[in-house]
Amino acid sequence: MKKYFSDLVTGAKSLVAGFIVTFKALLSPVVTVQYPREKLPVGKGYRGHPILILEDDTGRPKCIACGSCMRLCPSQCITVQGEKKEGDKRKYPTVFQVDFTRCSLCGTCSEVCPVAALEYSDVYGLAGFTREEFQYDLLADLPGLVETGFKPVSAD
Amino acid sequence: MTPQAVSKPIHYRYFINMGPQHPSTHGVLRLVVGLYGEYVLSLEPVIGYGHRMQELMAERRPWPAFLPNTARMDYACGLPHQHCYLLAIEKMLGIAVAQRGEYLRVITTEINRIVSHLLWLGANLLDLGAFTPILYCFDDRENFLDILEDVTGSRLTHCWYRAGGVLNDVPADFADRLRAVIKRMYGRFEIYKNLVTDNIIFQKRTKDIGIITPDLARRYGATGPVLRGSGIAYDIRKSMPYSIYPQLDFDIPVGEQGDCFDRYIVHIEEMRQSLRIIEQCIDRLPEGEVRTKLPKKMTLPPGDCTFSVEGARGEVTYYLVGDGSDVPYRLKVRAPCFSNLSLLPELCEDMLLADMIATMGSLDLVIPEVDR
Ligand code: SF4
Ligand code: SF4
Repeated sequence: MKKYFSDLVTGAKSLVAGFIVTFKALLSPVVTVQYPREKLPVGKGYRGHPILILEDDTGRPKCIACGSCMRLCPSQCITVQGEKKEGDKRKYPTVFQVDFTRCSLCGTCSEVCPVAALEYSDVYGLAGFTREEFQYDLLADLPGLVETGFKPVSAD
Repeated sequence: MTPQAVSKPIHYRYFINMGPQHPSTHGVLRLVVGLYGEYVLSLEPVIGYGHRMQELMAERRPWPAFLPNTARMDYACGLPHQHCYLLAIEKMLGIAVAQRGEYLRVITTEINRIVSHLLWLGANLLDLGAFTPILYCFDDRENFLDILEDVTGSRLTHCWYRAGGVLNDVPADFADRLRAVIKRMYGRFEIYKNLVTDNIIFQKRTKDIGIITPDLARRYGATGPVLRGSGIAYDIRKSMPYSIYPQLDFDIPVGEQGDCFDRYIVHIEEMRQSLRIIEQCIDRLPEGEVRTKLPKKMTLPPGDCTFSVEGARGEVTYYLVGDGSDVPYRLKVRAPCFSNLSLLPELCEDMLLADMIATMGSLDLVIPEVDR
């Protein structure tokens, strides 16, 4: 009998201790963010979809169309073609496509690129209704990039 | 009426399918539960809904290309899987790992363990009907995830380890940020104690429920907090030391009788130990390269190699067979959740349905890891 009441008291105490915790949280600053209306800055190292880095002076892609990224991509989702046009010193890519439905954001492509021509954007939460929307042509403007005003930092 | 009083002819049972889309099976697990009233007479897990042929994928591509997959085996705690795969590869190829890289690997693995335990803690309590704690857990978890995101580039499916070390060096403010988060986390244990551990309702729901005897755990090959909750101090980090763990000072928490409450205590204590490990690693973090230079193409020599590490849920083992090309001939993954899940039918016989949920939650199951 005595144990019954002592259990009752300790039990009630434990519940009150829990309420104190939640009550304190009620008075402490809010930690949640009202997501669609408020957005937190994305971490510096965050990997969004791959993007091409442009040369500072000419504004053309740094990529020399060597195809390393295409060969070593684990998901085989990059397609690069390039040619050396007349008057150019080197090859420039003519096709640079990323199938973002298959990209695993592993970091391999930017790692293997000999001229550091690939980077990752900080765009997240990309959504679409069809798969075709995620066939990115990196030579054209990308969804999200314009909107967020993202400027890739040069890798070197 | 206790279930023992009922003879168990099959027509007494009422079969329900729990899952594959049931909120408390945490993923696509289906349980065929044979009930007599509220009592579970039989239980049969049906797995395979999340089967992705990960092992076969490994046998179809060069070994570096399998790295992104390893983190997708176990979405809650992917880095130990990646660590294990690379340690097996490195053992096979005889690659020396850069010291700084190895320290960073251990730090991030332990952060990942804490992240995973916090997720478990919140989700398990949600199964028990307590909604509040998950919000506190996710608050803490976010802090660790933010650091991981800055370092590894993603929040869950990390792909940051590379053969010989890690992909890139950590940001300059890494150590300071981590120290601040660790300091905060130490203070949060008090909150969890008041909110959860001492709570009478939580104790009544978990104490003496789902007792896993050491014998049962051993028979099914359970590892991780499930085994340690039963009082067996088996942790790969101590019993088969790898990486830099022998130089670190940490304890292995064990439970007393193996009920859900003991497993909860083990999880909480493990987070504390992981914090200790991280602190020691930051203090000793050597300078220098994070990755050793390796030749472009490395082929796996003929032969096989096994490596085990301690994941958040138990022993993760990768068995690798090479045949002289750079594509593994065979890769076998031992995922701890599979063994931990397989003891559930025996454990849950004659148990109340609500207790079965509590028990299953305490096993910390991640279904994609079971299915692979
Ligand atoms: S991040 Fe990985 S998967 Fe994605 S395009 Fe680059 S190499 Fe391929
Ligand atoms: S590896 Fe770099 S230079 Fe070569 S094709 Fe890819 S982006 Fe272009």
